[in-house]
Amino acid sequence: MTNAHPTAPAHRTPQFLTATRNILVFLARQPTSLFGLIVLAVLILVAIFAPLIATQDPITQDLNNALQSPNAAHFFGTDELGRDIFSRLVYGARITLTVIFLVTIVVGPIGLLFGTVAGYFGGRVDTVMMRITDIFLSFPSLILSMAFVAALGPSLNNAIIAIALTSWPPIARLARAETLTFRKADYIAAARLQGASPARIIWRSIVPMCLPSVLIRLTLNMATVILTAAGLGFLGLGAQPPMPEWGAMIATGRRYMIDSWWLVTFPGLAILSVSLAFNLLGDGLRDALDPKQMNRR
Amino acid sequence: MDPILDVQNLSIRYGGAPKPAVRDVSFTLGHERLGIVGESGSGKSTVGRAIMRLLDTATITADRMQFEDVDLLAATEAQMLKIRGKRMSMILQDPKFSLNPIQRCGHQISEAYRTHMKCSKAEAKARAIEMLEQVHIRDPERVYDLYPHEVSGGMGQRVMIAMMLLTSPDLVIADEPTSALDVTVRLQVLQILDGLVRDKGIGLIMISHDLNLVRAFCDRVLIMYAGRLVETLDAKDLDNARHPYTRGLLAAQPRIGGSRAPLPVLEREASWVNPQEAV
Amino acid sequence: MPAGKLRLNSLAGSALSILVTLFGLLVLTFVIGRMMPADPVRAIVGEDATREVYENVYRQLGFDKPLWQQFMLYMRDVLTLNFGTSIRTGQPILQDIARVLPATIELATFAIIIGAGVGVPLGVIAAVNKDRWPDQVIRIISLLGNSMPIFWTGMIALLIFYAGLGWVGGSGRMSQFYIGMVPERTNFLLIDSVLAGQWDVFWSAINHIILPALLLGYSSAAFITRMTRSFMLDQINQEYITTARVKGLSRRQTIWRHAFGNIRVQLVTIVALAYGALLEGAVLIETVFAWPGFGQYLTSNLLIGDMNAVMTCVLIVGVIFIGLNILSDILYRVFDPRTR
Repeated sequence: MTNAHPTAPAHRTPQFLTATRNILVFLARQPTSLFGLIVLAVLILVAIFAPLIATQDPITQDLNNALQSPNAAHFFGTDELGRDIFSRLVYGARITLTVIFLVTIVVGPIGLLFGTVAGYFGGRVDTVMMRITDIFLSFPSLILSMAFVAALGPSLNNAIIAIALTSWPPIARLARAETLTFRKADYIAAARLQGASPARIIWRSIVPMCLPSVLIRLTLNMATVILTAAGLGFLGLGAQPPMPEWGAMIATGRRYMIDSWWLVTFPGLAILSVSLAFNLLGDGLRDALDPKQMNRR
Repeated sequence: MDPILDVQNLSIRYGGAPKPAVRDVSFTLGHERLGIVGESGSGKSTVGRAIMRLLDTATITADRMQFEDVDLLAATEAQMLKIRGKRMSMILQDPKFSLNPIQRCGHQISEAYRTHMKCSKAEAKARAIEMLEQVHIRDPERVYDLYPHEVSGGMGQRVMIAMMLLTSPDLVIADEPTSALDVTVRLQVLQILDGLVRDKGIGLIMISHDLNLVRAFCDRVLIMYAGRLVETLDAKDLDNARHPYTRGLLAAQPRIGGSRAPLPVLEREASWVNPQEAV
Repeated sequence: MPAGKLRLNSLAGSALSILVTLFGLLVLTFVIGRMMPADPVRAIVGEDATREVYENVYRQLGFDKPLWQQFMLYMRDVLTLNFGTSIRTGQPILQDIARVLPATIELATFAIIIGAGVGVPLGVIAAVNKDRWPDQVIRIISLLGNSMPIFWTGMIALLIFYAGLGWVGGSGRMSQFYIGMVPERTNFLLIDSVLAGQWDVFWSAINHIILPALLLGYSSAAFITRMTRSFMLDQINQEYITTARVKGLSRRQTIWRHAFGNIRVQLVTIVALAYGALLEGAVLIETVFAWPGFGQYLTSNLLIGDMNAVMTCVLIVGVIFIGLNILSDILYRVFDPRTR
């Protein structure tokens, strides 16, 4: 088990790559998850090349051009301060991606650590850790996020912290459940007999086994993260003006909604399509990694 | 005497599977007890379920599949609903899974009766309790009100038998009826089943992997291998089997008082999968 | 009987775990309440209070004491249901919440009826037709429901069905015209208006609740559908389903009489969970529809920084969640003979 074969990493990488390719091929074959993949690819490209794609600066006001309906110069119209909505949406993609990225790299490791440690040690450690998880789970995540933001003060960074603080428990639960199924396995016992420390066993033998299901869960979670972030932005607890965050754009557009429908419609569609993309992708990923499904198709 | 069931060249292919699970199986069944023996995956259970028309995703082809006056190949689902449970029924393997865990045993038994007979609840209950007595349950009134998790495996299987024989069907398929039970109660359950089948003149198909059991309780035996019928024999002629697979199976049976040399291991040959020569 | 003892033990065990969870809730709200960088005293006394007034309030709130003593005081206040007064309304917070909560419960209950009423049958249909077109269509519908930002859908729905088509009432629980006409007894407007025999108010209320309830109901139907489908798929392949078919029951009878009974227990848990989640959706939808409920109360206190009121709201939501869990636990025991 622990023999450090010099060629092992070299072998592992291509295998990992082929597995990834197989999954991508599987996802691309279904129209629904293909849609998810395309939307995400577009989102990432738009975020990277935002300055090239945007037609105008997202922050600069132009009061002479306020509340213009969609036209050739402003694809999605302008808002109450004359800012181009299309350009703001384009820059907003960066904010959305940042939120998803930061939340995920915080939540994944915390959830994994908590779940695997609780699952591996069991007994009292497990009881205490799962009780803490349960307490976090006994609040709806948006309300708990609101409480955290209230305490920390409204800003985008605090919204990210709040979302991360409230979305690790389900991951921990999952990692624990997975760990419990391997804990008694012979190869874990073998590693223990060889004198491997718990930390080593968890890190080398248990964490890799939990990773696939945790990754699926994180993908599915991203849709929720987007909706929560947008919700906080809408309530004025997330990104603050003049940042072009989609939820906050809807909140300011609300006052002009009756006469200028484009102010709320386009940011909403952006949120909807990205969160739908993650949901479709997560759904497809679940099918792709379920061996029973694989054989049948 | 007209056969109860006449099956000619039955083939079954599951949806999406590359090869058929059962190929060209032919047999007839009179008022007798027919055993179908084979290892797991040989297609024996599939045959039973195809006769009951329970395989929704499989394609079934046959030259003939006649149950009394019913052409099972052409019968509509509406016709099958009238036949299933009334004129043919099936005893499943493990009462732990085959009884609905949240309904009382008695309710499940009388449901079988009430599905096909117009009668009051009280009458169905009376019939069910009578049937429970016939499967040698001592306190039928009490068992009637028990949930499946509250009865033992042997008792659960007797409940199953009661449920399936209550409507006096002409054909009963018993799919591994005792494999899930403790060895100690197997014989008892089999004897109960056997007694009822004889009394009521029911045609029985006993699906099993246990050669000895089939030999003791059946009149005729079909041997299946890899989805094909390799041999059909009278139970008493089993020792004169010609097909190498059957002979191999028999040779692999331990015998009290027999030789203590290691039992021979079954050697498989690719040619067994080929069509059966006329026996 | 050992089974009886076991049951007592498990009851005592769950009572204990509820107490522990409640205690954890207190710790969590206490910690969140104290870690805010904003000054709670300043929020109460205002910007231009004298130093003397400030320090008075500071001591009144117990901020000069060590943390553990503050926590003890907090515990005492919670146990005696003394949550202080709201800065915004000047009323006791608990009284405020008792006033606004019925509006939210009314909305959430209406929504869960829609959500379960639509979601459960759809989930069953999807499972029975797995991988065929009804399943695919239902999958898309429910994923869409999971993906929509409800505050945005609320606005679009208002734009279309209120401003555009005029089919439903706009914001609030009833038309402006009727406000104050109904004597407040239960604070459930639908009930109060019926009790007072004011049917026009009742219809106005229905007209106003239907749109937000439909939207909330859709989002919980989306969740309930997915869960029902997967529970049902687990059951459909069970042997007892084969038994039922062997008995001669039709597909429909097999599904509803046998399989459905076996998912009832899980459904109860899921519906309770969905009901709790509706409180969350209500926070956003109440803002859009100017619904004078719990969510709006929470948001408005949050925006003025009244931490006391916010934490009380959070605590109450936590207690409601725990209550729903206990309820689903009890129903579990009622519906599943194996747990009796």
